[in-house]
Amino acid sequence: MIYLQFFFEFFKAGLFAIGGGLATIPFLTDIGSRTGWFTSGDLANMIAISESTPGPMGVNMATYVGFHTGSLTGGAVGGIFGGIVATLGLVCPSIIVILIVAGFLKKFRESRGVDAVFYGIRPASTALITAALVEVCAIALVNTGAAFGTVDFFHWKAILLAVAVFVCLQVKPLKKLHPIVFIAASAVIGIVFQF
Amino acid sequence: MNLYFDLFWTFAKIGVCTFGGGYAMLPILQRELVEKRNWTTEGELSDYFAIGQCTPGIIAVNTATFVGHKLRGALGGVAATLGLVFPCLVIIMLIAAFLQNFAELPVVVHAFNGVRACVCALILSSVLKLRKSTVVDLPTAVVFAVVAVLAVVGNFVSFPTGTTLAAVMGFVTSPIVLVVFAGVAGLCIRAAKGGGKA
Repeated sequence: MIYLQFFFEFFKAGLFAIGGGLATIPFLTDIGSRTGWFTSGDLANMIAISESTPGPMGVNMATYVGFHTGSLTGGAVGGIFGGIVATLGLVCPSIIVILIVAGFLKKFRESRGVDAVFYGIRPASTALITAALVEVCAIALVNTGAAFGTVDFFHWKAILLAVAVFVCLQVKPLKKLHPIVFIAASAVIGIVFQF
Repeated sequence: MNLYFDLFWTFAKIGVCTFGGGYAMLPILQRELVEKRNWTTEGELSDYFAIGQCTPGIIAVNTATFVGHKLRGALGGVAATLGLVFPCLVIIMLIAAFLQNFAELPVVVHAFNGVRACVCALILSSVLKLRKSTVVDLPTAVVFAVVAVLAVVGNFVSFPTGTTLAAVMGFVTSPIVLVVFAGVAGLCIRAAKGGGKA
């Protein structure tokens, strides 16, 4: 039963990949090379699509890999089934582990010791998100193909847009807008000005 | 409305609005969960992100399960998570079936480059908000600075592989180690303060 194997493989990826969706890539590479379900070229294509579609990357990749592989053996129906099974496999360990942790937290969150631990963890969490932000900015705003110091080193249009969005987010009536409004407007600007 | 359905629907919307990794979810979570619905607080969101980074699974799913559990227990966690992944399932399958070259279409490339720039600004704005509720005094500012520097170094600086330095840096810059360190630091700081008062 190949779908059982899907579930199991993605369950493992969900269980051992710790962190964001990018953390699942090594596991997907491993699945591909062990099972022959997809080549590294397929995977690169799937990662690119997962990045440029809505939804968390890790989930997108699991769905894509499951669909791609399932449709090879079972056509459209097999693909849909494969995508669902792979995605459920990926999220299952998260659900189980987090429900246990959340139950524990609910009981002990008010205790002074746990509260002290979170007093330290909260700024660290913000710091980790800041580090991720730096990484996201480096990808979006800097052209790593060009030498540092040259005009081409920065994606000037992207920087201009990022600054404009940030300014809008600080101004009273505009900052009430839903983030998706800014995302949609930026997509349109990206198309019109050929980012 | 049934709260389970409400959880499913809200996270489905969050799933559609998220472009990129779990961090790109933060601005949407702040808007939908903290500002609009009062389901959680900024501080709790940062707890969820911290735990989500040290536990198995991708951060976005971990956060959804957390919020669902807070509101409606285990079933709520499942409802929120299924909501989050539902639109991804539909969108990805449609693209996989009909648009194999989706990521190479010029329109998509341009649109996505615009979206990426926008996401930078959105996350920056979210982080500044988050800092107000998490970096509250000098000790937390120090924890923030140390972790931020180590995490950025871990992301950008590559040390020669196989050396002791690379092994040490790999260890001290991993998110799990940083979060555990911060938790221990929190305990020590509070203990020192409590000791001072007593």
